[in-house]
Amino acid sequence: MSHDHDHAPIANSDEPAAAARARALEELLVEKGVLRREDVREGIDWLVSRTPADGARLVARAWVDPEFKQRLLEDARAAALELGLDPGPSPVVVAVENTDSVHHMVVCTLCSCYPRALLGPPPDWYKSLPYRSRAVSDPRGVLTEFGVELDDDVELRVLDSTADIRYLVIPRRPSGSDDLTEEELAALVTRDSMIGVAQPELRLLR
Amino acid sequence: MTYRVGQRVRVAARPHEGHHRTPGYVKGKTGRIERVYASFTNPETRAYGEDGLPEQRLYSVGFAHGDYRLYVDIFEHWLEEAE
Repeated sequence: MSHDHDHAPIANSDEPAAAARARALEELLVEKGVLRREDVREGIDWLVSRTPADGARLVARAWVDPEFKQRLLEDARAAALELGLDPGPSPVVVAVENTDSVHHMVVCTLCSCYPRALLGPPPDWYKSLPYRSRAVSDPRGVLTEFGVELDDDVELRVLDSTADIRYLVIPRRPSGSDDLTEEELAALVTRDSMIGVAQPELRLLR
Repeated sequence: MTYRVGQRVRVAARPHEGHHRTPGYVKGKTGRIERVYASFTNPETRAYGEDGLPEQRLYSVGFAHGDYRLYVDIFEHWLEEAE
């Protein structure tokens, strides 16, 4: 097709606006020498290499080893390193424990802060405006939609990670899981349970 | 000043032009210091290419809201002592 005017090549007409914006930003930052293209590549490679399996290993160890759980609650970074996991760069990970009397759920109302090093990229719903607004205005309603019903005497705490702390929820260990190995326990720990919007359930393991 | 766990604090109600990490829904609200974290560079200046110094102390501030509690991480320069 011939053109009689100049314009930037349109890379992909199906590209979502946010992706186009990110690409334009990357172009500019590279052009201005703030970032190298390899930095972006490496950052993406690192992020997509992360999975909730690392967080699940921490939780399973905490379930079987109360002293480890204490160390995890006091210094999640050191606890992750102890298991040979990569706690990621500077944002400080803080672990909080769900019990019979307290339930934590995590949101970032300002953007999408998330313990990516230990849980991988956040799910799309975590970044969505409905979750970010309703988690702080109607958290019980949100939990119900995720299938979590809390008893009336359970204190519900919504953690808004507005700054440099990234929260990892240690969910309650399911009852009846006493005979499971640490590895089997880790398989029960879902991503959503470490955000605090689900409760690990004992499933048939075979 | 440095706040301590259990202390009542109010989040400054001031408007702020530009990037900042204090959500509007807690501005002017009174809460309780739940945890005292480390100090971090200030996102309000760091966002514009500066070094973010001096660092600001970060707190987890708890707010009672209906039948649940909100825990929001607030930098010290946004907090005021509440009686």
